[in-house]
Amino acid sequence: MAETVKAQLETNRRPRWTIVRDLSVAVAVVVLIWLGLRVLRSETALDSLGELGGKLVQALIGIVLGVVGIWALFIVANSLVELLPARATTVIRPYVFVGPAIVVLSIFLVAPAVGTIIQSFTEVPESEGPLYNYVQAFTDPDIQIALRNNVIWLILAPLGAVLIGLAFAGLVDRVKRESVAKSFIFIPICISGAGVAVIWRFIYEWKPAGTPQIGVLNAIVTALGGEPIPWLQEIPVNTLALIVAFIWVQTGFAMVILSAAIKGVPTELLEAARIDGAGEFQTFRRIVLPSIRGSIITVFTVIAVAVLKVFDIVYVTTNGNFDTDVIANRMFNEMFRFRNFGFATALAVILLVAVVPIMVVNVRNLRRQGIGA
Amino acid sequence: MTAETVEGVPPRIGDAVATATTTAPKRGPSSGWLAKVLVLVIGIAWTVPTAGVFISSWRPEPEVATSGWWTVFAHPFDFTQYTLANYQRVLTTEDMFEAFVNSLIVTIPATVIPITLAAFAAYAFAWTRFRGRSFLFAVVVGLLVIPLQMSLVPLLRLYGDYDLTGTFVGVWLAHAGFGLPLAIYLLYNYISQLPKDIFESANIDGATPFTTFTKLVIPLSYPALASFAIFQFIWVWNDLLVSLVFLGTNPDVAVVTVSLAQLVGSRGAAWHLLTAGAFISLVIPLVVFLLLQRYFVRGLLAGSVKG
Repeated sequence: MAETVKAQLETNRRPRWTIVRDLSVAVAVVVLIWLGLRVLRSETALDSLGELGGKLVQALIGIVLGVVGIWALFIVANSLVELLPARATTVIRPYVFVGPAIVVLSIFLVAPAVGTIIQSFTEVPESEGPLYNYVQAFTDPDIQIALRNNVIWLILAPLGAVLIGLAFAGLVDRVKRESVAKSFIFIPICISGAGVAVIWRFIYEWKPAGTPQIGVLNAIVTALGGEPIPWLQEIPVNTLALIVAFIWVQTGFAMVILSAAIKGVPTELLEAARIDGAGEFQTFRRIVLPSIRGSIITVFTVIAVAVLKVFDIVYVTTNGNFDTDVIANRMFNEMFRFRNFGFATALAVILLVAVVPIMVVNVRNLRRQGIGA
Repeated sequence: MTAETVEGVPPRIGDAVATATTTAPKRGPSSGWLAKVLVLVIGIAWTVPTAGVFISSWRPEPEVATSGWWTVFAHPFDFTQYTLANYQRVLTTEDMFEAFVNSLIVTIPATVIPITLAAFAAYAFAWTRFRGRSFLFAVVVGLLVIPLQMSLVPLLRLYGDYDLTGTFVGVWLAHAGFGLPLAIYLLYNYISQLPKDIFESANIDGATPFTTFTKLVIPLSYPALASFAIFQFIWVWNDLLVSLVFLGTNPDVAVVTVSLAQLVGSRGAAWHLLTAGAFISLVIPLVVFLLLQRYFVRGLLAGSVKG
């Protein structure tokens, strides 16, 4: 015991030369990070290395800078705090640990969110009242189409993903090589929205009747004797076509969560039902479904939030043309293409208002299940 | 040392899910041929879209444009019908190689930065006492539900003022900010459950909070760190919105998703290039996913609280 107390005391006593050392390390780190940032931002610094060499050196500098830099900053800040008297160190250190996260959150989430809400009311034409952007949002015919599409998405996409995911989760319980089968369903979830858009544009590819179809869907249609259909141009099939692509992505998520929930249903319960003469389907409906209700709600709400924010699939597939627009895509275009910042902020607020109630249901439900906080 | 070896660490979020992705004992009658057929049908339906893109990416341009990719199955081992040309072309003249490197430059720091910030913060929230602790933590949890669209317009203006648009540093920080609430929440849930004794004995042995953090908390939280890291890595790699807004389409900085979206815009009918480009964009997340599926599923479930 005496040993450890002595050790502790020693760590609190700091010879003078460590102060000099720590301070010079701190200065060196800051200078190095600053130099690295200069090189990374410079257009010409790496030109002498040639195109490929310059790119790879830039990658190395960037990755090392980002990864090591953030750690270096914490280490330096901590060693500076330890230079203070021991009591001050104890009081201040938690803020050194929490501070950077809080600063980043304030700059990137809190302040902009407040700014967005304010700007949605203030960035209006001079002759108009503060509600102008919102009145526009709910009367502009294009926005109405986007809102209507969001509602269609909100109904069909979670339903489709949950139904197929549930069916697959229930069925896969009974086959060999279960994990392999699941992986196949699950893979789309790690594909980017842009990738998904390319994959499904290829499925929906249309060639004039009489020429060979290279898209799977029109190949099937023509093989069955039908006319090829321009799936992504024809209203309203095109919105459904986009929703199908989205369901393809989300089913794996639904399946994994629901499969875990199904495995959590006590075996005794299932056996009791079977002994009582319930068929497989009845057991599933009467015993399994009610027991996994919480998980079904979780999956529904998570996919619903993803639906409201869907952007990349729509942006890359149709960019909202032919009546396929959705709010998040519209918001991006208002901001980035048309520079309609006030209107874009109003659309963001509408998105927020739509997301929050679903998140409240989700968090409450998770709490009831004892997952999360 | 991993958390599994520490007594008293409770099972974590999604452990059930993680074990569910590995094989579990079969229950109930495994009779139904109908079940097998349905599983097979759904499995095939879910694989065909990706398979079509993958096969087409190896076929020469004229064939891709005039015949369905499924025609290769007439002679699947006739290797003269495959070519590397699409990949060569897309990587060089369509800037995909540069985009791939850019994606790495963006994704690795955009994963490590938030995870570092969050680990320090979660540790302080869980095991130190300071004024404003519970208020600040409540704010962090509340921020989970805010869609990132709420940040875009003000941040775009801020970035304009400080010349941060189109820089890697700018996009790292944006991704860090957007990923932080989830990271703090997830890591707090884990770190706060570590047994109290280890902190007491570390303190007695004279470890400063900083060394306790680096020598004990980080190694013990490895499963939670891995889950979030993989989730964030795949999220950032696949992101289009943030990269498009803050980095843009200039080939010097454009990431793979942006580059692919550009290719769709400029060469929308050149399927031999689009399919190769799509495959280049998805190979990294696919490998990460296949190797670390267990952690990814955990992160995904925990990520279900993200707005």
